Amino acid sequence: MNPASTLPESPVLPPRDYQVYSGDDLATNVLEVAMGPQHPSTHGVFRMDVSLDGETVVKLKPVFGYLHRNHEKIAENVTYLSSMPYTDRLDYFCSMTNNWAYAMTVEKLTGIAVPERAEYIRVIMAELTRLQNHASLVGFFVNDLGASGTPLLYAMREREHILDLFEWASGARMMCNYFRFGGCRNDLPPGWLQQCRKVVDAFPAFMDEFEKLLTENEIIISRTQKVGILPRPLAINAGITGPMLRASGVDYDIRKVDNYGIYNRFNFRVPLGEVGDCYDRFMLRLLEMHESVSILKQALDSIPEGPVIGDVKARNFRPKVGEAYGRIEAPKGELGFFLVSDGSPKPYRYRVRPPSLINLTVLEDMCLGHKIADAVIILGSVDIVLGEVDR
Amino acid sequence: MLGKGIINGLTVTAWNFFGSYFSKSRLTTVQYPEGGNTVTAFSRNIPFLVFDDANAPIDSLRCVACKICEKECPPQCIYIVQDKDANGKLIKSPKIFDIDISVCMGCQICVEVCPFESIKMDSHFELAGRDRFADLLLHREQLAKSNDYYHKIHPAEAREVDDRLAAKQKKAGPA
Amino acid sequence: MSDPTPILARFPVIVHDTATDAFIVPVAQALEVATWLRDDPAQAFDYASNVTGIDYLPLEKKLKVKQPDGTEVETVSNRPGYFEVVYHLYSMQRKAGPLILKQRTEGRENPLVASLTPVYRGAEFQEREIFDLFGICFKGHPDLRRILMWDEFEDFPMRKDYISPDDYEYEPTPHDSVLAEARKHYSK
Repeated sequence: MNPASTLPESPVLPPRDYQVYSGDDLATNVLEVAMGPQHPSTHGVFRMDVSLDGETVVKLKPVFGYLHRNHEKIAENVTYLSSMPYTDRLDYFCSMTNNWAYAMTVEKLTGIAVPERAEYIRVIMAELTRLQNHASLVGFFVNDLGASGTPLLYAMREREHILDLFEWASGARMMCNYFRFGGCRNDLPPGWLQQCRKVVDAFPAFMDEFEKLLTENEIIISRTQKVGILPRPLAINAGITGPMLRASGVDYDIRKVDNYGIYNRFNFRVPLGEVGDCYDRFMLRLLEMHESVSILKQALDSIPEGPVIGDVKARNFRPKVGEAYGRIEAPKGELGFFLVSDGSPKPYRYRVRPPSLINLTVLEDMCLGHKIADAVIILGSVDIVLGEVDR
Repeated sequence: MLGKGIINGLTVTAWNFFGSYFSKSRLTTVQYPEGGNTVTAFSRNIPFLVFDDANAPIDSLRCVACKICEKECPPQCIYIVQDKDANGKLIKSPKIFDIDISVCMGCQICVEVCPFESIKMDSHFELAGRDRFADLLLHREQLAKSNDYYHKIHPAEAREVDDRLAAKQKKAGPA
Repeated sequence: MSDPTPILARFPVIVHDTATDAFIVPVAQALEVATWLRDDPAQAFDYASNVTGIDYLPLEKKLKVKQPDGTEVETVSNRPGYFEVVYHLYSMQRKAGPLILKQRTEGRENPLVASLTPVYRGAEFQEREIFDLFGICFKGHPDLRRILMWDEFEDFPMRKDYISPDDYEYEPTPHDSVLAEARKHYSK
């Protein structure tokens, strides 16, 4: 007896709906690749369902939600202050700016005034955060290009100095939980400002070295110029913010537009790109680091003495009924918090407007027509952090 | 000249590589634990309970089991049961004070809201255990550490706390 | 923040809520209003920053009203439940402040609002998220499917009446509602 005759009949699958491109008399199919959640270059648990014709991207759908931790629902069940440590974990590279956006929204909702020294400390912390975020982003971007980690480790080495400063001020390197409604949790320890000055003064030397390594590099230029061009009207309409928007030539920096905090006291320029390709985004971040160093020097020169927190009671904090939307220029874009209060100690609705999620809207538009290797670079230049995308 | 950028880059990498043999600032990593256990006087990891008298650690805990830290803790990792004396009346001491350090995120809010300076942040982080739940659930005895230990790990903060407690004693003393 | 007069003059159906400085737009006119706000040169609100969904459960408020003859009459004010979708619009051209648009659903069954994605591409993912977490359907959205939860998930987590599934896991420090859950499982 033939054993094959006892096997069940294999089902006849319907033909897949593939388009066949027969430009050169070779029948080809579209290849669907899931650049899956476990991938060294997707900046977190992020998946892209890419359809490829050979190596060219014909369709790209981003899929995320692998890091969804229900941050907004948790915030409805805990008090306003208790949400502050959770905001550290949104964009886990930039915990200080996340804290600031949330504190600013609550201050808008309740009208708490912030003392001057606290405003200066906030600006210093935010610009230090921007420095370390852009440095590590450039490092990761070049890593995606294939530079095997060397510029990344140089960036990380400098980032350690900034994280040491954060640890000195707040107790933790990354999850700082340092800002409170009405100011900062505690004053800077003695000697902090001098050490910060030393780090800031040493930064331009590192930047020169970094730029010498990267900006004229022919490989980087040929791989990132004219790749992932984002046209200006699409960028505005798709709600893109941050360095990605400014690389496309739109002059919109929330530090200049809203003048939140005390940014109107500092002289700084807003670099703009011309073409809107990956090279512009990468160069823009390096230029923004220079501007951050300049703001830091001005802030460190003029920080006054005084209290660091306003008159706020920590427990039983009940804002009045109302809504407030506060936004800041986080290193990745516009980070906004929308709070609806019904007079109780817990928020009625707490919403985070994540820049990384909105910036991903145009990922498909930028990647179409490019090779799959370029898709990785374009994703790297968008600068996403999954903690923020998924919350 | 084509290739100038790459050659510039190679000089930077060479400078960093050979320079790392001469200057520590060029190194990108340190050897752990020989090279640097970088706990500073300001680091925080998990909380601990402060006691004042080393001869009676549990009895001289500053904690009065007011349960404010349990209520304010964001991930709700603290569990407190107040103690009763021989007659069954509630006394100001915790019978059970458990912290689940697998849940604790080291946010320091319990320290901020405690009105009695009894819970502070520890900076010890080498806390591996073999059991997933039992080893990471710290009880009152494991959490109780002396005020001298607090002075050792956070000297400036401990001095401030001692000053505040002394001032409170003075105000309450003559009364 | 924005001067409401030209907007109210152009679209009299809009209600301006002064408490929150928001423009409540009926669902049928929402797309038209958004297109005008984006294209009119004086308004030029070309950037949709934030799209939020809010769930308002039905609210019953008992009020004691003092009558002129001295007695007190208890009245019950019933506000039915509804969902609200809030849009924060900014103008990059004029660098102008937020314009808050709100769309409200009729009740909490089968909520349906108009999608503003054809006007503002930036609302695409955010409206998908509101559909995913609240269950509000957006008419006219090009790709309305779940974005954060997995595709086979049922129910809508961010609603106020969402009951989380009973997937109890050992909890070392249980208290409050978790303690009640733990006791139920230990007593089994």
